[in-house]
Amino acid sequence: MLELAIQGSKKYFGWIIALLVVIGIAFGIYRFQLAFGLGITGMSRDVSWGFYIAQFTFLVGVAAGGVMVVTPYYLHNYKAFGKITILGEFLAISAITMCLLFITVDLGQPMRMLNVLLYPTPNSVLFWDMIVLNGYLFLNIVIGWNVLEAERNDTHYPGWVKPLIYISIPWAVGIHTVTAYLYCGLPGRGFWLTAILAPRFLASAFAAGPALLILLCLFIRKVTKFDPGTEQIQSLAKIVAYAICLNVFFFLCEVFVVFYSQIPEHMDHLKYLFVGLHGHGNLVGWMWTSMALMLVGIILMVNPFTRKNEPSLIVGCVVIFAGTWIDKGLGMISGGFVPSPLHHVTEYAPTMPEIGITLGVYAAGFLVLTLLFKMAIGVKEEVRA
Amino acid sequence: MMETSRRTFLQMAGIAAVGLSAKPVLDAFAAEHGGAEALPSVKPGPDGLKAKQWAMVIDTRKIKSSKDLEPMIEACHKMHNVPHFADKHHEIKWIWEEEYKHAFPTDVAKFMDERLERIPFLVLCNHCENPPCVRACPTQATFKRPSDGIVMMDFHRCIGCRFCMAACPYGARSFNFQDPRPFIKESNREFPTRMKGVVEKCNFCAERIAVGKQPVCVEVSKGILTFGDLYDPNSAVRALLKENFTIRRKQNLGTEPSVYYIV
Repeated sequence: MLELAIQGSKKYFGWIIALLVVIGIAFGIYRFQLAFGLGITGMSRDVSWGFYIAQFTFLVGVAAGGVMVVTPYYLHNYKAFGKITILGEFLAISAITMCLLFITVDLGQPMRMLNVLLYPTPNSVLFWDMIVLNGYLFLNIVIGWNVLEAERNDTHYPGWVKPLIYISIPWAVGIHTVTAYLYCGLPGRGFWLTAILAPRFLASAFAAGPALLILLCLFIRKVTKFDPGTEQIQSLAKIVAYAICLNVFFFLCEVFVVFYSQIPEHMDHLKYLFVGLHGHGNLVGWMWTSMALMLVGIILMVNPFTRKNEPSLIVGCVVIFAGTWIDKGLGMISGGFVPSPLHHVTEYAPTMPEIGITLGVYAAGFLVLTLLFKMAIGVKEEVRA
Repeated sequence: MMETSRRTFLQMAGIAAVGLSAKPVLDAFAAEHGGAEALPSVKPGPDGLKAKQWAMVIDTRKIKSSKDLEPMIEACHKMHNVPHFADKHHEIKWIWEEEYKHAFPTDVAKFMDERLERIPFLVLCNHCENPPCVRACPTQATFKRPSDGIVMMDFHRCIGCRFCMAACPYGARSFNFQDPRPFIKESNREFPTRMKGVVEKCNFCAERIAVGKQPVCVEVSKGILTFGDLYDPNSAVRALLKENFTIRRKQNLGTEPSVYYIV
């Protein structure tokens, strides 16, 4: 099937080359980071995780969101999603690829990465995160490939794939739960020390992942002969609507607990994010924007008129994706480190090289996504013809 | 009956024989797979000091100003090749001073004892009995030495994920954001320098304890610091703990810090 990925229009190759150029430039910057150290980033002694880990956290959500098309189809026999499950699975593969790349670029000594395998440490959540991420990547590659190949050959996928599909469903929940556990078991970090962090992560995942999938489906319908289907897109939109409502509700639960209890260690982080603390407030504008975007998203997705109307559906998906990205990709990680456990306020902002490397990882993810989607759609066009 | 017991005897003997001959192999296996033997640490010499859990008592009554703390900080950083970075963001520190409100941010009173509000507090790795950093580390690069409770760093195994920094509620860990070597004024050739991309922190002078010496900060502290075995009722630290009211940093978190402050 790989040959399907290397046939295409001039525009297709133009896009591939553009991605390769971005990846190439970013790789150059990464070489510099490798030689100099993580000092080229905006991270510090107080804010020791930054943009890379935040993007990783957000993208685990995008990957987990794929389960929202897999579950209805395989578990509830919702036939309509059969058309697009492969897109959900391939989106998950590219998102996990980016996650693993973000972890790699964040390591101080990446050449020692295999130490995690050489000295397995079950008491470290990072060990389990490595297992669930790689496991989910593996599951989706095997499932996606076999199901797509079966579709191409007009046969049913082999029987042994079925148990893997069933395993992949709780596994998707597992990747984001374990990723939340990276943060929510740490003493002295009031912002993350909350049992609702994993549910919150999942809610935002089930909004952001399907929202991106809707946008991709609409794009595919426009540029290829394959139509993912109106019913499918509308069903996804309903999932996004519920999930984004839950995400905001969970956040409000957090706000209630933190501010009704009045415990300073827990309040200070939210204060820093939304009103600023001791005169520091780099993220205040961002966080209110995020809230506003998610609120607009709720209005557009819950209301059937705006959900069914394509232009407003697109706006809804874009604002939800952007809103959840700010929430997790900016606020969630920095907000946990500011103020520091010693109550110093050290702010964080990514540097240009850091943003460059980040864009490179995103470009690599989009390259994987493009190639996989090209194959999937190629097969679907072939089968129809 | 006879038959059974003879068979049991033979079985036991067989197992014992296998066990005896296999023990060295098993030991080697255990060592290779991260058993206690394999953990890199400073091998104690014949005069090495021993303890179940090393602890430190800081008598803040003897501290008047930063001047009293400078020699300890300087001696430690000099001995351990701690680099000096002008950029606060990339700072490396093993032992340093903080105001009370930062050392004990959750125990600040509205109207505080003037002395406590004014004097600097010396802070360092607490060598917790229940260390969150050890729990978080995915490679056992930071580990608690079973022999004496010191929380150690293996600079060669650390992958620089900085999970331990997120886990430490005392901000005791520093990360080498760049090559530290050019920023060491005079290098002490008896202690290793570090490379970029690894985490480091105070090691309670494990290398000095191994040869029967007290930690260097204690040695130059003029009696402000006392070091000893927390579980030896006759140790110097226990004598101080018995007679004085002490506090520890963020006691409510359950990490059981081994650094006590007489206030």
